[in-house]
Amino acid sequence: MDFYYGMAQIVGVHTLLGLSAYIVLLTGQVSLAQAGFFAVGAYTAGMLTVLAGWHLVPALGVGALTGAATACAVGFPALRVKGLMLVIATLAFGEGVRIFFFNFDYQIAKGDIKVGPLGGEGFRQIRFFPENGWTTADVMLFIWVFVVIVMLILWWFDRSRYGAVLRAVGEDELAAQSVGISLTAVKVSAMTVGGAIAGIGGGLYAHYTTHIEHSSFNVLVATFAIAYPIVGGLSNVLGTLLAVIFVQVFLIEGLRDLGDWRNLLFGALIVLAMNLRPGGFLGRRQRA
Amino acid sequence: MLELKTVSRHFGGVRAVDGLDLEVKEGEIVGLIGPNGSGKSTTVNLIAGLLPLTQGSIEFLGNDLASLPTHKRLQAGIARTFQNIRLFGQLTVWQNLWVAQNSPEDRARRGFFPRWLGGQSGVRAEIAQLLEFSGLAPKQDELAFNLAFGEQRRLELARALATRPKLLLLDEPAAGMNSEEIGQLRDRILALRGRGITILLVEHVMELVMGVTDRIVVLNFGQKIAEGTPAEIQANRLVRKAYLGGEAA
Repeated sequence: MDFYYGMAQIVGVHTLLGLSAYIVLLTGQVSLAQAGFFAVGAYTAGMLTVLAGWHLVPALGVGALTGAATACAVGFPALRVKGLMLVIATLAFGEGVRIFFFNFDYQIAKGDIKVGPLGGEGFRQIRFFPENGWTTADVMLFIWVFVVIVMLILWWFDRSRYGAVLRAVGEDELAAQSVGISLTAVKVSAMTVGGAIAGIGGGLYAHYTTHIEHSSFNVLVATFAIAYPIVGGLSNVLGTLLAVIFVQVFLIEGLRDLGDWRNLLFGALIVLAMNLRPGGFLGRRQRA
Repeated sequence: MLELKTVSRHFGGVRAVDGLDLEVKEGEIVGLIGPNGSGKSTTVNLIAGLLPLTQGSIEFLGNDLASLPTHKRLQAGIARTFQNIRLFGQLTVWQNLWVAQNSPEDRARRGFFPRWLGGQSGVRAEIAQLLEFSGLAPKQDELAFNLAFGEQRRLELARALATRPKLLLLDEPAAGMNSEEIGQLRDRILALRGRGITILLVEHVMELVMGVTDRIVVLNFGQKIAEGTPAEIQANRLVRKAYLGGEAA
């Protein structure tokens, strides 16, 4: 049974990662910075529970805030550029964060061992769950509480005027400006909300794996973050969840027995899925 | 109300608008006409803030617009429609009007959170009124890109009105319309004047321009070549020459 709980944990955390890119994609921006915000949340929450002895819930809250603050700070300069330039700018930021953590040492002695991030070796012993005797099922449920809350909030955004404005900006920036919408405010707000979601996801990730390092937040993770909402479709948040299940459960776990052939098939199946459903699994009706 | 003083906009060596003086008084309907490429749309884009000025100044209600970005100009009361329709195609008709509610009145009337995160209930009456005015009420839940051409034009006008403009810039609103639709547009423009909205109408369709405007400004090669009442403009030799070429008169 633990295998399935573990699977559900991965699906939950990746859904948060995908949703952090979903809200940014609604405004038509492709951001490869989400893995960076994910990393900021992971290290922040991990350091707060391990080094400062906090409970996980407030640590996740601070992780969300630092993720949001980083995203807001990155958003102002980055969102002045568009399209491929934005992809490159956010990619550079994400790599910058990774290199930062590759070089980041902050260890303190706890009993006879030293704990905390140690550069390339990573940040080990993030043992909040085992120390407090949480079972795999408890952890899985805990993660899913956050996933459900985030999905409900985004669902609500989607039905509000804010959601309509995000989509309006995604469709036609010129027209959006001309009806009085401030592009900067809308895009940066979406980026900030996305940063907060990635921060929570990262905090949860750090604690269920108990060990994070710079390579946990590489370009592949950033690519997955935007792939989920694109494969799932932008009509609502459930598309992202479906895409995570498709990729993580069906493609990565389901095809594990195929060995090296998995990677080949993995790419081919995503291409096939996008060809069959160009607007995503839950895509909006396509343009005529 | 709106005053352009020696406004110029050059694209490289091309003087799209060249030393244009233009005044629109409150409550007026002013027509802006001229042959293709004479700088009409550029003038609209300069007023709306989509292009920076090369020279000159634009004042609206006594305030200099030069430093205001596009969305602030709208909030100051200048709305526009586009020559090539630019709706939010994947939003419904209703939502297209909803996202346009960014006027200072709307901001003052509802707090930040109700305005952004509240549902549709608080604004139903106003949007219903706009739908009624533009004859789009039966289509309110259609996606905008599914609308017929004439309906899209009407929705663009309604979307501009949803911003509660004081000055409305209409960039060729009758392009591609048949004469019945032009008649309806004419009635709508006159109804808007009745509500106290000032209008700058850029148009090729003379049937419409001559029928609704108080005053017409004629552009050619970015410069004003004539200004006057519709009757004066129709009699003006320079205007005929600009349109028909050569020595025609």
